[in-house]
Amino acid sequence: MAEAQQAVLEVRGLKVEFPGRRGVATALSDVSLSIRPGEILGVVGESGAGKSMTGLAIQGLLERPGHIAEGEIWLTDRRIDNLGDREMEKIRGREIGAIFQDPLTSLNPLFTVGAQLTETIRQHLGMGKAEAKARAISLLKDVGIPSPEERFNQYPHQFSGGMRQRVVIALALAASPKLIIADEPTTALDVSIQAQITSLLRKLCKEKGTAVMLVTHDMGVIAETADRVAVLYAGRLIEIGPVDQVLRAPKHPYTRGLMASIPALGARVERLNQIDGSMPRLDAIPSGCAFNPRCKEAGPRCTRERPGLLPAGAGASACWLNAGGTA
Amino acid sequence: MTAMTSQETSALSVSRLVKTFDVSAPWLNRVVERKPRQFLQAVSDISFDVPLGGCLSLVGESGCGKSTVARLVTGLYRPNGGEMRFAPGHDGKPLSAQMIFQDPYASLNPRWRVKNIVAEPIRELKLRKTRAEIDDRVVELLKTVGLSASDGEKFPHEFSGGQRQRISIARALAGEPEFLVCDEPTSALDVSVQAQVLNLMRRLQDQFGLTYLFISHDMSVVRHMSDRIAVMYLGRIVEEGKTEALFARPRHPYTQLLLQTIPNIEKPHRDRVVAGGEVPSPLKPPSGCPFHPRCPIATARCSAELPEVRTLANGTRVACHLAEDA
Repeated sequence: MAEAQQAVLEVRGLKVEFPGRRGVATALSDVSLSIRPGEILGVVGESGAGKSMTGLAIQGLLERPGHIAEGEIWLTDRRIDNLGDREMEKIRGREIGAIFQDPLTSLNPLFTVGAQLTETIRQHLGMGKAEAKARAISLLKDVGIPSPEERFNQYPHQFSGGMRQRVVIALALAASPKLIIADEPTTALDVSIQAQITSLLRKLCKEKGTAVMLVTHDMGVIAETADRVAVLYAGRLIEIGPVDQVLRAPKHPYTRGLMASIPALGARVERLNQIDGSMPRLDAIPSGCAFNPRCKEAGPRCTRERPGLLPAGAGASACWLNAGGTA
Repeated sequence: MTAMTSQETSALSVSRLVKTFDVSAPWLNRVVERKPRQFLQAVSDISFDVPLGGCLSLVGESGCGKSTVARLVTGLYRPNGGEMRFAPGHDGKPLSAQMIFQDPYASLNPRWRVKNIVAEPIRELKLRKTRAEIDDRVVELLKTVGLSASDGEKFPHEFSGGQRQRISIARALAGEPEFLVCDEPTSALDVSVQAQVLNLMRRLQDQFGLTYLFISHDMSVVRHMSDRIAVMYLGRIVEEGKTEALFARPRHPYTQLLLQTIPNIEKPHRDRVVAGGEVPSPLKPPSGCPFHPRCPIATARCSAELPEVRTLANGTRVACHLAEDA
């Protein structure tokens, strides 16, 4: 792919392993992706596919004994996968902002929203008290919180779920990071609030040129928010491409099955399309393509050789059937 | 709004159901801090009919009272007012009801083998006499939901979320119910697994002639499963009607808002204007129509007067002063 701008985030051949008593579980294997400034990359997959793991590995938050076994992570022109804890701490918050699923657990209930915002701003930007407060109030205004001057002195429990998630977004944006990793930011919210939050996130990132990695299992959220989509299956990147292509004309048989299993709002059908079976356990991934036991189009090659990402339409897909190949 | 104009026989008719919870502070705090008692009306004056052999879905955002209705219907809560009547089943007694819960991780006892989990309702309700008969029935049930006989020897932690939900369904079927209350049965599952479970539920409905009361916040799932939909907001039904009619032309402004906010995968509209506001606290419901603070078309009448439920020409019932009958 030709890239006009330098990517904010570049992940190359990432492999994450969890050594355990019964052998090594490979949580991520050969994951490569990049995000440009102002771009929203959606990362989707079923539970256990490794989508949150990708976000954690980038932020240097993998829980031991999990570790990066192979690959590189670059934040603009700095390699960050081999940095120490101290240095990563400086990068988190300053250069990589984070938004988590549950806004209640990511805010400290004992401090006012204003105190938490100014602390983050002063820590990372070295501003004075008055300056930090002014910035905090303008951030609260940016994320659409009414009467931010009064809300500044309130505690998280005085905010509703949607308003709390707005505060979390303000916190993530506090130090103007280059990259925001949003892990299921709308899953805990009601549908009508969900739409408010996704459109806010999209608007702010376009305005500020922030790159966003949006981790979610909800294809609806992806359709509404993302520019490009990466699909993970059993810790492997199996398809990546522009959102329209991945959702409407997916190239990988798994993505096709996944999209067809969502009840459509258009015509009603008697029976939903289903993918039989379930995702393999991470310590028992089949040889060749990880999807081959469930794939209707699998051939002999699929059980022998693991396909790499091959160009498919405007994106890429890890399937032997692409680029005129045979299984 | 007592008599309903429905030709179909109903499996369950609920009229003017009310459930209030006492959420007062403890007695000593009330005395010392001079706080009054506080009540939360989770379900206010709800009436609906579930068509026999069909599926009625309750939809709404969190806190709207849909799960409370599920628990009232299955008898897990006692209502403070109103009536629920099950139609007579095959044996002349009222239809028996069972429930499928949302979280397949919390609703199965981790210390019991699957065969005992499924056998419990059979033993409890004395549906089979001998041990061999019970074992046969358990195997039959496991096969019905797409598991194998050997799965009965395993413990719940050995199964994935979708398979656990199959076990929950097998347990619910063990009581030989004619009516199933399903409280968000797929919202803890991934989409591909959700499709498997929804297909299974549809097949069982045809096979055993089950009636479903389905509860969900996911409009696309609801549309797939139900014959009728009731939309709830702050403890009240604001609109109820046939699925197709409701999706084709939602009458209540809240239903319109709900339908607008469904992300459409085929036609994403990314730069749309999003409706503002959030659901008010059910402890302090707004005066008049509970939706008026968020309603784009509210008038002075809406904040003063609670709208009556009206039945429109196409059979849709709607609680809105401004909904037109045309």
